[in-house]
Parts: sequence; structure tokens; C-alpha cells
Amino acid sequence: MKGYSRKDEGCPRLLDLIPKEKERLTKSAEEKKTRHGSSEEKQLELRLGPPNGDWTIKNKNISREKDHESLLPFGYFSPWSSSSGTTPFLQAHGQLKESSQPNPAKTAVPNSSSSSSSAQKRTAPTPVVGWPPIRSFRKNLANGSSSKPISELQNAVGSKISSEKPIENSPKSLLVKINMDGVPIGRKVDLKEHDSYEKLSFAVDELFRGLLAAQSNFSAVGIKNDEDGGKAITGLLDGSGEYTLVYEDNEGDRLLIGDVPWHMFVSSVKRLRVLKSSELPTLSRGRKHGKLSLDTSPK
Amino acid sequence: MRSFQSMLNYFPEEVLEHVFDFLTSHRDRNAVSLVCKSWYTVERFSREKVFIGNCYAISPERLISRFPRVRSLTLKGKPHFADFNLVPHDWGGYVQPWIESMAKGGVNLEELRLKRMLVSDESLELLANFFPNFKSLVLVSCEGFTTDGLAAIASNCRFLRELDLQEIEVEDRRGQWLSCFPDSCTSLVSLNFACLKGEVNLASLERLVARCRNLRSLRVNHAVPIDALQRILMQAPQLVDLGTGSFGQDPDSDSYNKLETAMQQCTSITSLSGFLEVVTARCLPAVYPICRHLTSLNLSYAAGIYSDELVKLIRHCNKLERLLVLDTIGDKGLGVVASTCKELQELRVFPSDIHGGNAAVTEEGLVAISAGCPKLNSILYFCQQMTNAALIMVAKNCPNFIRFRLATLNPTIPDAVTMQPLDEGFGAIVKSCKGLKRLSVSGLLTDQLFLYIGIYAEQLEMLSIAFAGDSDKGMFYVLNGCKKLKKLEIRDSPFGDVALLEDMGKYETMRSLWMSSCEVTLGACKTLAQKMPRLNVEIINDSDQMEASDDDKQRVEKMYLYRTLVGPRKDAPDFVWTL
Repeated sequence: MKGYSRKDEGCPRLLDLIPKEKERLTKSAEEKKTRHGSSEEKQLELRLGPPNGDWTIKNKNISREKDHESLLPFGYFSPWSSSSGTTPFLQAHGQLKESSQPNPAKTAVPNSSSSSSSAQKRTAPTPVVGWPPIRSFRKNLANGSSSKPISELQNAVGSKISSEKPIENSPKSLLVKINMDGVPIGRKVDLKEHDSYEKLSFAVDELFRGLLAAQSNFSAVGIKNDEDGGKAITGLLDGSGEYTLVYEDNEGDRLLIGDVPWHMFVSSVKRLRVLKSSELPTLSRGRKHGKLSLDTSPK
Repeated sequence: MRSFQSMLNYFPEEVLEHVFDFLTSHRDRNAVSLVCKSWYTVERFSREKVFIGNCYAISPERLISRFPRVRSLTLKGKPHFADFNLVPHDWGGYVQPWIESMAKGGVNLEELRLKRMLVSDESLELLANFFPNFKSLVLVSCEGFTTDGLAAIASNCRFLRELDLQEIEVEDRRGQWLSCFPDSCTSLVSLNFACLKGEVNLASLERLVARCRNLRSLRVNHAVPIDALQRILMQAPQLVDLGTGSFGQDPDSDSYNKLETAMQQCTSITSLSGFLEVVTARCLPAVYPICRHLTSLNLSYAAGIYSDELVKLIRHCNKLERLLVLDTIGDKGLGVVASTCKELQELRVFPSDIHGGNAAVTEEGLVAISAGCPKLNSILYFCQQMTNAALIMVAKNCPNFIRFRLATLNPTIPDAVTMQPLDEGFGAIVKSCKGLKRLSVSGLLTDQLFLYIGIYAEQLEMLSIAFAGDSDKGMFYVLNGCKKLKKLEIRDSPFGDVALLEDMGKYETMRSLWMSSCEVTLGACKTLAQKMPRLNVEIINDSDQMEASDDDKQRVEKMYLYRTLVGPRKDAPDFVWTL
């Protein structure tokens, strides 16, 4: 998109945009002590003084600050760097009855290498009460079509937190299109009617067996398939059959069936395809999540 | 000068009143009442709309005695973080005493707007039966009532014009409340029950719509299928605001064509929402004809519409001023919004997967929007990651933000590129947006950001902080610097007693302060409560964490304080201690 700078142009810091304040407001934590004295008068120049003119962040706070420096909040979310391997934050916000202190995470973070370069690059999977800040309504919506439980760790005693009521929000049927190689007519399958890949495979077989047979009748092969109504389509899931079942997810990627739990599949599947196994690349899971690198895949 | 002065003294009150009629904002009226005693008196008898931002700051009796002619009342109850399950359900905020007092006091109530309040069926029945001119009920994020209460409103409010339920959990008693609107009811202008989970009688709904010729706004719930929607639209082509309900099935081509025809008739619709259960996108093209008139579009409940369909829809909407979507739209989709919706003022992007698995928007989408939409002034953005560079660019592109709320799915994530705190980015926002009134920050943040906020955010009225800051200084910078601060809510941040007690008088200039999972101790709260009698300092002890011991050093898990003219409230439950 036009109009905005790219990352490689460098990162103009706010401090560069502030003419005089820049020197005064350098912010490294270690300089807190030394800048304390000079910053006081500078901050008065910036008219930050409280109405009664009593600007007092006394020395007693400095030791407090030092305590806090080693307890940077993000330390809560580094279960990977925590030697115990558990998540202190979960302990804090889990069953509060169990913990003797209100927030053990604040005192128990072993990772005192507080430099931000050790910050995690991944999203923290640990659920936090009330985060992200969305109303219960939306949480139910977000979890509606998948069966992930709402991770409400707070058990307010005697209160009816409405988000704990299971609210029936998912649609009654989940129809997805399914096309088969060599069959011009697409079909639809209702994923809500099945609860496993095996059943889905069976349903696919039922949908297309007749069509496939009807088509092969026009070929020169002969009419021997007439009576039995067509050859069963098997081996869809394991690559052993003539055809293999794949699906497109909501990001447009094509994936092999069967890698993820059923409910996750249901929440992300957008359409299904039955491909000739011979046309699949050898099942190299080159990229993560086992995506197929089908460069010629039509959209 | 003297003659002018005496002329003013003899200004007839009727003239003053007439002039004051032009003042609609409660802030203007509050200012006017401070000028002199006679203006105070004229103003108080002429005020019809009263806004009370915290229902415990004043009592119903005092409201009625000061504003006897009140016709419209807006009340807010629980603290904002109650929306995120941080406040127990029965903390308080009951509307019952207000309705009782107004009924007894002979108030001619016509309009009641409630947010985060507890509303019982009994309250609704009182409302319906004691105020013969009652016209408008708007409930946002309230709870405590059932469809029986709605039935009472429908049955008894003869001149009901507006019934608007937003984000409400209503217990469904299967009583067909909608059928309770009598045949004589033709006055409805606005009906919104999109959030209700239960069934409604479709035939009743269709008849109701047919006889309410002034209906402008209709938002139906998931129980209204497409064919019913189509019939309703044929009866109400004058609609301006439509909530489509489920929009869910895959209709046969006959139903689809009928829907298309119905939509084409509705040339006045400028606001669209709903799509609560869209499973296939096949029906979406039916709304394309009205897209070009839309100024407001809410697709934030449409979990079933995927990015490419969303984008196709939005490409038709070049007059949009307000857009609410899920993050399934993706950065690319936001790019399309940026190039299509040049009139965009408000954007909200909600998370579709709160566990952040497939979260699809990053800082790129935000920057694209800021570059493409120069009128943008309000944003709520849930994203996977953010960078300072992006925020600085956004600040440069859009200096007109009034509301800026950013929530990273991982609340303490640093700049995704530099791994630095996001202080500089948010700092750029507050420095550039001189009119900023509301700010929510997230990500890895130090005291530095709060210094920036204190220095630059001169118009800031509401600030939300979570998992941020290093020390008491952070909170101090904010309290000291933001002169117009009204609401401050903080969770999981290392601010403690020193910051809390530094400037106690500040809290009387604010509506409220919320602090949870911070470093504040019981002793400090007690000190504050003792020194400031016009504040209610409440501790919420919902997990039986704290014994009522004298250990003043124990940390307080949840504290909520607010200014009040009527002392400690009498309806506090056991787990709420007012110090």
C-alpha cells in the first residue's frame, strides 16, 4: 500500500521529534538515580508540577523501583525461559484458593535477565482472565464454531458469570463445497453430520461413487460397472487409494485431511477437494502445518 | 456596564429558559448552572435530560429534587472492567431504586438509558406501568431480567418508540414477548433485539413491522431466517438501519431472488449489521445494492464470512464512515478498506480467535488504514503484534484521533521488530493527537510511556492500562499530568501506595479509579478513605482472599474508588467492603 514507510527505512524515535526534552528524558533504567536530581527541575520546566508544588518521589522509592526492574511484566509470559517450566502467571490467576499470596508471579519470576531482548517472539498461549478485553458476547462467538472451552479461570464465588453458560451459538449445519477431480459437478457436504474423518470419507464416497461410475460409462471401458453402481472410493485419508482428500482452510492454504483434531478442522475448513493421488506431490511437509506446495493449484 | 448588569438581572426567566433550550449537552448545562443562582434555578427547572455517569455518585431523591422535570435519564452502573468479567455479577448497579423514586416522585419519565446496570423484571414492570408517556428504553450490557420483563414493556407502554437491547444476556422464558405488542401499537421507530438468544414469533414480528409505519431501525436476532427477513423488508422499505439476523441458510434461488428484490426496495438503509450465522457467502451479494449508501457496517458477529467475501462486500461500500469487523479480514482486507472507504471515521477490528492462533491482523493493516483514511478519529484494534514504527506512522497520518484503543493479544508483547517496549509508538500517538480523549494501551510498556501521556495527553479523559509500567512513577505521571482525566482503570501493573496517595484530591476531580492486581495495600486504601470523605473506596473481595484482619500490609486484589455526594452505598454485597 502506498503512503507508509517500510520497515527498512529505520525507526524514527519519538525522542527525535521532541526538541529539547530529548536530552532530559533519556530513559534507561540504570540512569534513574542520576537523572533523578536533574529531571526534577527539568520536569518543573515542563510544567509537570502538581498543584501544591510538592514534587516528591522520594529516595525510598528507588529501592522499590529496583525491585520492580527485575519484575518487568513480560516476565510473566516467558514460560519457556522459566526454569520451572510452569507458568507463574497461571498459578496467580488460576485457582486463587490454592495460592497463598495473591500474585505469586510477581515475586516468583526467576528470570531476572530483564532486558527486553529476551522477550518472547511468540504469543503467550497462557490464558489470562479478562484478556483480550472483549465482552462475553464476543468470546462465545469466537469459540462458537470450535469446541475450545472458554478459559475462564476466575471462579467468582456465588456469582452467575454469564459467559460460563454454554450458549448455543453455532450454526445447525456446516455445508462446504466439495469437488472431485474429473467430475464437473460439485457437491456439498454437511460437516455437522459427521464427527470424524472416517465418517467424512465414507460420505465422500457415497456422494461421488455414483457420479464417477456414470462418467466412466461414457468411456470406452465398458459397462461392467453398471450393476454394482460403481467402484467404492477408498483410501482417501491415507494416500493409499486412487484419490486423496484435501481441504482449503480459511487462509486459502491447501492441507491434507487428518492432521488436526476434527473440531479444529471443522472450524477452519472452507472447502474440500478430492484429488487424484498421482497428482499430489510426494507428501513432503516442507512448510509448517503440513501445507502442500501445490503451485499449480487453481483458486 | 452597570445598566447592562441590571438589564441581565431583570431578564425574564422564560427568556433564559428558551435560550437554555438550545443547550443540549449536559456539560454545557452544568457550566451554565454554575454562573449564578438565578441561572442555576432556571436551568434546573428546565433540564429534561440528565446524564449520571456513576449511579452511586448521587441518589435518586437528590436527582428528583434538583431536576423535577427530568424526562430522560441516562445511568451507568458497574465499572468498565465488568465487561471483561473482573467484577462479580451482583456487585451492584441496581436500577430499581431509581425507578421506584421516580414513580413515587411523579416524574414524567419518557426515556431511560442504562449501561452495565442490573435490571430486574420487576423494574421493567414498574417502568411499564407507572410512566404513561414512556417512550424509549435503551439497555447496553445490562443483565438480570428475562423475556417476561420485555413482555411487560411491550404490553403496557402505549407510546413506545424505542426498544434497544445491546449486548445483553436475557433469560428466555419462551413467553413470546414480541407478541405482546398490542395491535394498537403503531408508534415504534426503533426495535433492536439482535442479541436475544430465544425464538420470536415470526408472524407477530411481521405484523408489528407492517403496522409501524414510522419504523426506522430494526435489528432482529438469529431466530429470524432469511425468508422472514425478506417479507419484513417488503413491509418496511423505509428502514434506515437494518440488523439482518442470522442470514444463515443457503436459500434456494427463489428465496434468494426475493431477498434481492426486497433489498433493492430499501433505498434508505445506511446502516447494516447482523449476519449472525452466515455459513455460506452465497446470500451476501443480495446486499450489494444497498452497500453504496451505507455509512455504518457491523460485521463483527459474522464469524462465518471469510476474508475474500468480506473484501468483496466492502469494495461496494465507498461511503462507509463506521466499520466493525473481525480480524479474519486480515491486513490485506484492511488494505482494501483503506483504498475503498475514504470517508471512514471509526474502525473496530475484533479478535476472531482469542487464543491468537490464526489471528490475522498486524501493524500493517493499521498503517494501511491510517494512510488511506484521513478522517479516521476512532479506533479499536485487536492485533497479533505491533511496532513502534507503525504507531509513529499512524500518528503522523492521523492526528485527529479522539479514541485510540489498541489491544495486543499477548498483553506484554514488545515491538515485533526491535523487541523494544512500545513506549515510543504510543508516545507518538499522544503527542500527535491533541484531541485524544480516550486511550487504551497494551504491549510491553514502561514508565516512559506514562511520562509521555502525562506531558502530552492534555484532553485525555479515559485511560486503560494493563500489564504496564515499572513503578509508582508511571501512575504518578498520569495523575499529575492529565488534567482532564475522568476515568482511570489499571490492572496487573506495579503501581502501589505511594502513587495512590500522592495526590488524593485528584480523585475528586475524576469520576472513578479502578485498580486490580496492582501493588496497593489495604492500609493505603484505608488511609485514602479516611482522608477523603467524599470518595467511596471499595474493596472487592470476591475470592475470599482477604480476611477482615488488621493486616494493613496485605495487598488488595481489586479496588474501585469514586467520588460521591451521598456517602457509602447501602446495597453493597458482602464481598464489597467500603472503607
